[in-house]
Amino acid sequence: MRQPIESTTLTPLQRSLLNDYQQGLPLSATPFADMAEQLGVSEQQVCDTLAQLQQQGAISRVGPVFRTHSIGASTLAAMAVEPAQLEAVAAIVSGFDEVNHNYEREHALNLWFVATAPDAQHLARTLRQIEQRSGHEVIALPMLEDYHIDLGFELQWT
Amino acid sequence: MNAPLQPTRHAPIDTLDRQIIQATQAGLPLTPRPYHQLAAHLGLEPEEVMRRLQRMQQRGIIRRIGAVPNHYALGYRGNGMSVWDVPDERIAQLGRRIGELDFVSHCYQRPRHLPDWPYNLFAMVHGHDRDEVRDKVSIIAGLLGADNRGHQILFSTRILKKSGLRLPT
Repeated sequence: MRQPIESTTLTPLQRSLLNDYQQGLPLSATPFADMAEQLGVSEQQVCDTLAQLQQQGAISRVGPVFRTHSIGASTLAAMAVEPAQLEAVAAIVSGFDEVNHNYEREHALNLWFVATAPDAQHLARTLRQIEQRSGHEVIALPMLEDYHIDLGFELQWT
Repeated sequence: MNAPLQPTRHAPIDTLDRQIIQATQAGLPLTPRPYHQLAAHLGLEPEEVMRRLQRMQQRGIIRRIGAVPNHYALGYRGNGMSVWDVPDERIAQLGRRIGELDFVSHCYQRPRHLPDWPYNLFAMVHGHDRDEVRDKVSIIAGLLGADNRGHQILFSTRILKKSGLRLPT
């Protein structure tokens, strides 16, 4: 497991790019030059610093964040798997292209994944296939309502 | 698998939108004119790419455009899915209140799966460690008061797969 990136090792420019540009990347011909002007640095510095942050894993990317369920059909799903079988079942689940997240959690329902497909029929078929191949029930818990106002995430430096 | 899957919400995207989504989901190129580069790659005019991105943002298909932090790498190693059983008739009001808390990254209503799973409100809570997550969950419990008929925190012990959104074709 990689050590966490310590906030003390980040420069003010890195912090600012991390905290203040989780939204609002300009939709202009030269977004990084626009940011550079706001920050009082050069365009090259903005591009290089973002590339560094990406390389060290502090950011996973710079770009649009899509609302998955507005593009296709998706659901959170849970399974209760005996510990001895967890590895095997998790591998089956992760093997599906439609599964983009798969977590082990501490609960009787110990395997939680998100499946996304172009439409509801495809999604239902995928969940059925997972049940058949794993021999375990899949409990689908699709989102009914989204209450979160996504303004990015305030990183708290300690 | 007994909960009915919701019908897909109407997705007002066409083939070009879909191509733009596919070309940007791994991130924009960190070059001076990223939308121009993207447009050249797709054989489109840069203005068309920017206009479509803007339209998708207005329609809520794009939540935001910017740097996507990797919370785990930044030291947010407590990741707790808090689940709550609240009265259905109050959930819209309560959900909005929880959804605006700055330590909550996702807040959804989901179906119950009775009798084993009575929870209808999900809030993903992030903190540097589990104690911090527990403290934040206590804040939610305080806000919900008597509307909280039961709750749990499910901590993740392992990430078994995590990939960006991929559109199966």
